[in-house]
Amino acid sequence: MRHLLSAGDLDVVSACLILDTAAQLASVTDRTVKKFPTLRGRTVVNLFFEDSTRTRISFEIAAKRLSADVINFAAKGSSVSKGESLKDTALTLEAMGADAVVIRHGSSGAPHRLATAGWIQGSVVNAGDGTHEHPTQALLDAFTIRHHLRDGMGDLAGVRVAIVGDILHSRVARSNVLLLRTLGAHVTVVAPPTLLPYGVSQWPCAVSYDLDEVLPHVDAVMMLRVQSERMHAAYFPSVNEYSRRYGLDIRRMGLLPPHAIVLHPGPMNRGMEISADVADGERAVMVEQVANGVSIRMAVLYLLLGGITDDGKKEI
Amino acid sequence: MPHDKTVLRGVRPYGEDPVDIVVAAGVIAEIATAGSGAGRVIEASGLIALPGFVDIHTHLREPGREDAETVETGSRAAALGGFTAVFAMANTSPVADTAGVVEQVWHLGKATGLVDVFPVGAVTIGLGGEQLAELGAMATSAAQVRMFSDDGKCVHDAAIMRRALEYVKAFDGVIAQHAQEPRLTVDAQMNEGVLSGQLGLTGWPGVAEESIIARDVLLAEHVDSRLHVCHVSTAGSVEVVKWAKSRGIKVTAEVTPHHLLLTEDLVASYDPVYKVNPPLRTSTDVTALRAALAEGTIDAIATDHAPHPHEDKDCEWAAAAFGMLGLQTAFSIAVLTMIDSGLLDWRALADRMSVRPARIGRALGHGHDLKVGAPANICVVDPRASWVVEPATFASKSRNSPYAGMTLPGKIIHVLKAGKPTVEGGDLAC
Repeated sequence: MRHLLSAGDLDVVSACLILDTAAQLASVTDRTVKKFPTLRGRTVVNLFFEDSTRTRISFEIAAKRLSADVINFAAKGSSVSKGESLKDTALTLEAMGADAVVIRHGSSGAPHRLATAGWIQGSVVNAGDGTHEHPTQALLDAFTIRHHLRDGMGDLAGVRVAIVGDILHSRVARSNVLLLRTLGAHVTVVAPPTLLPYGVSQWPCAVSYDLDEVLPHVDAVMMLRVQSERMHAAYFPSVNEYSRRYGLDIRRMGLLPPHAIVLHPGPMNRGMEISADVADGERAVMVEQVANGVSIRMAVLYLLLGGITDDGKKEI
Repeated sequence: MPHDKTVLRGVRPYGEDPVDIVVAAGVIAEIATAGSGAGRVIEASGLIALPGFVDIHTHLREPGREDAETVETGSRAAALGGFTAVFAMANTSPVADTAGVVEQVWHLGKATGLVDVFPVGAVTIGLGGEQLAELGAMATSAAQVRMFSDDGKCVHDAAIMRRALEYVKAFDGVIAQHAQEPRLTVDAQMNEGVLSGQLGLTGWPGVAEESIIARDVLLAEHVDSRLHVCHVSTAGSVEVVKWAKSRGIKVTAEVTPHHLLLTEDLVASYDPVYKVNPPLRTSTDVTALRAALAEGTIDAIATDHAPHPHEDKDCEWAAAAFGMLGLQTAFSIAVLTMIDSGLLDWRALADRMSVRPARIGRALGHGHDLKVGAPANICVVDPRASWVVEPATFASKSRNSPYAGMTLPGKIIHVLKAGKPTVEGGDLAC
């Protein structure tokens, strides 16, 4: 595999390889010296067309721990707003010798385009594109779930996961549905009908409008951020009504089985989709997710750039 | 004087028995036994003669976007595509919403002379959807506009649409509606379906088209005026049009070649060459559109030829412009989808690509049957030839063809406009 564009491109073997590699890297980074020489001399560009400090920093730390040279390229606006076009930006990075481009873009499919339009030779890692996908987020979520519910080994066969919130606009949800299913988990997406995509009934997951009904039957619940711009576009009547029907509060925590964990990709709207006491509770694993994100991104960069086989082909 | 005559030697009108079509003084002077006609001979044995095609939906981009297309380059593409008349849409810059702009386009068409260019007038000022443009002034201008459209934008205000439908009755006009409910298609990028959900591209639901068509046919019935529906793209729209026609409502409809062939699956590549409005739909829709064209519920094939400069397609999906080239491939796509499938015979294809579109747009001198006395607007095609689409060789200034690299059936060999060859042997005659 040369690029990581979609969680759907990963089969169970390659997904587990990334998770296992991340686990190995994590065990080493617990030591005092956190750096590996693996990617010395390689250049990783973080090409961010959207502000996302946490994802950008996560990739930056990951690349630096592998001794790669990291360039942060914060492209102001997209070609839509008359900035430099994606193509010209790509040609520039190619000329500068980028070995991998980590791209965050507001337009669905932009990483796909970057990887296939013939503009660049390097590897492309999708760090979130529009309302399409965010595969490294799904990998770090799977890693976190596996750590808590499967002793950090193997796949996720039989694990039951609810993904709750704005499924329609969520790249995190799309990547998670694909990856968790590949790993053998049973996924239920929970949302008001207005925040479910047309055709969701054909996704490889169950669908529910009723959070209370779903919670007793899951091992992990992933709460999604509700973007503020949705709050005024008739997707739901009011913040309060959304929070009452789909927010995770202490009462709803009581419906979960005792072993169940709570995930959130961040940043959280405390008091909206998740109450503060749940977010700060001991079953919430958000801080771990952030730490695991670094390990996952190290694993992805390592496997895309460092895992060169004898015949010169890059393999995951 | 024999030199004043041109003979299409041994040609088969509508694929029927070979004859000589003798053309003189811009009209069909004689249809004679094959081999007997006298005059300047254009060898056409084995080829099929059809009335020159009429495209009621073309974007020639002039004035304003001469980097994408001009009346001249668009006319060349049209002639090479077998057309003798095209209707130039109004979404130019400035918008064709005054007599001055439509006359400019009309004069540019005359100057080029390869096809008759019929300017379409905007329905509302600046395509803004709020205030009627001076439709009467455009109708009585030198361009004699009969078709009005805000194409690219929907006349979404029901009261404006009603007034427009009423007003154009005074000069036998027609409102050609781009049926797209704007509130249901904010930021829409592709057909709304399972795939749009997976790709994370905002959906353009069929209901946004169908609801406007339903409203408009009822308005057309209420005010007893003529409505034309541009680029019908869904099976549901076909049902609405069919129902309206069964009630005697004066509605006509067109379908584009790309909606007769291509489906939304292509969007999974995120290649903007497949970005078009209305979007590519499903194979169910394609099947319904072909059947509707065959039975006549849909009256015409219209290209929606939409040239765009390379940079407007060589980018990420959301940033790309909507639209595809169509003029030089329309006939071949029609052969592929309608003739080769047995859905239409040649006479019926001529009806959908010439006779009916000419009638819809009131294109005087076009869309006549191949009979003695008819204007000699004739397209001669080779049904057996095939060719590989190479956009770089197109006469159009733009290259955004979704058919690049495809081998397509059917070739345009000769075209006569008012008796004069515009295309001979597959190349421009002048």
